[in-house]
Amino acid sequence: MYDVVIIGAGTAGLSAGIYCARANMKTLVLEGNMYGGQIVNSPKIENYPGIQSISGFEYSTNLYNQTKSLGAQILTKKVLKVERSENSGFEWKVITAKEEFETHTVIIATGLVHRKPDVPGALSFEGKGLSYCATCDGAFYKGKDVVVFGGGNTAVADAMFLSNYCNKVHLVHRRDTLRATGTMADTVLESDNVIFHPNCVLNSIKADENGKVSSVVINDKVDGNSYELDVKGIFMAIGQIPSNEIFEGTVDMDDAGYIIADENCLTSAEGIFVAGDCRTKNVRQLTTAASDGAVAAIAAIEKVMAGRS
Amino acid sequence: MAVKHINQDDWASEVKECDKPVLVDFYATWCGPCQMLGPVIEEFADTHDEIKVVKVETDENQELCEQYDIMAVPTVILFEKGEVKVRHEGFASPDVLEDMCR
Repeated sequence: MYDVVIIGAGTAGLSAGIYCARANMKTLVLEGNMYGGQIVNSPKIENYPGIQSISGFEYSTNLYNQTKSLGAQILTKKVLKVERSENSGFEWKVITAKEEFETHTVIIATGLVHRKPDVPGALSFEGKGLSYCATCDGAFYKGKDVVVFGGGNTAVADAMFLSNYCNKVHLVHRRDTLRATGTMADTVLESDNVIFHPNCVLNSIKADENGKVSSVVINDKVDGNSYELDVKGIFMAIGQIPSNEIFEGTVDMDDAGYIIADENCLTSAEGIFVAGDCRTKNVRQLTTAASDGAVAAIAAIEKVMAGRS
Repeated sequence: MAVKHINQDDWASEVKECDKPVLVDFYATWCGPCQMLGPVIEEFADTHDEIKVVKVETDENQELCEQYDIMAVPTVILFEKGEVKVRHEGFASPDVLEDMCR
């Protein structure tokens, strides 16, 4: 029986792990994919208090090693379901493909995932020209034409980054002006090889004979016309969404799928806490994820201690 | 077995002509998920003597990347008798590597 099972090994989950392990809780962190979360893709973090500059990889690895060295167990296993334990009815059971873990408390820290394009067949192009990370995959499109979808800060940063490598960079946004703020938005619009397509949305992706991206068709919502852009790469920067489907019916969520909780990180289910980007909140930053990790952990520790006395 | 770093010059002898299945990790030094995958690949190599595990740095081996349509890093490909058997783009957990080589 664990005291705390934490679902997700990003900044929120691992920060919670640190607090739980230091309080001598029997702590398990489960991660379905790669520890570290979204921040792994950031080449540089420069807004974390006390750390002037660090790569996302180094930061995540430090966090992972710190959590582990304090005694938390970290396993790569995808959680499928969380349900009430039938033994006492007061504990929880965290279910993965092959194992089940009984625990007094659960901290959900599943973060966010990239929003995927919602046109039929689009996902078959992942790894064949459709990417969610310009800094990771941009170098493979040197001298080629690419398209970026989105109008926020990520989309603009991606277009800027790609314009250094690529021949032409199309920037397609569903609104008439970019949502991104600051000088980068102006700079990108002034770049010689960046072409902005306002009020346009993705209609379809076309493949070459090897199944790789050869072009995209976009619809202009204002004049009603369709345009075909010959591109080898598509970079989606249309935001991020929670992936809390497995907790439906267990904890309350809002319409967008965020787990409802305020700064105290308490969910609608007793003994389940939530930390980081996957809960309802206004500011989603590394520091707020770490902060949530501490708050959720202390709440879980108090619950465990109350149960012991 | 240790993970060997190879390049396009020894590709034929190391991969194409290898009797064993070969798992190739195409990676870039500047890519976070690739760095995450590094220790996973090494542990896999240590525990799977029946499979040869090698790494290819994509920046320095662009011909190989073009030949095998590498468009994302990391990309992991299992070769059998020199032919592509299974491929996976992005970070691969130990379970994913096991599934690929089953």
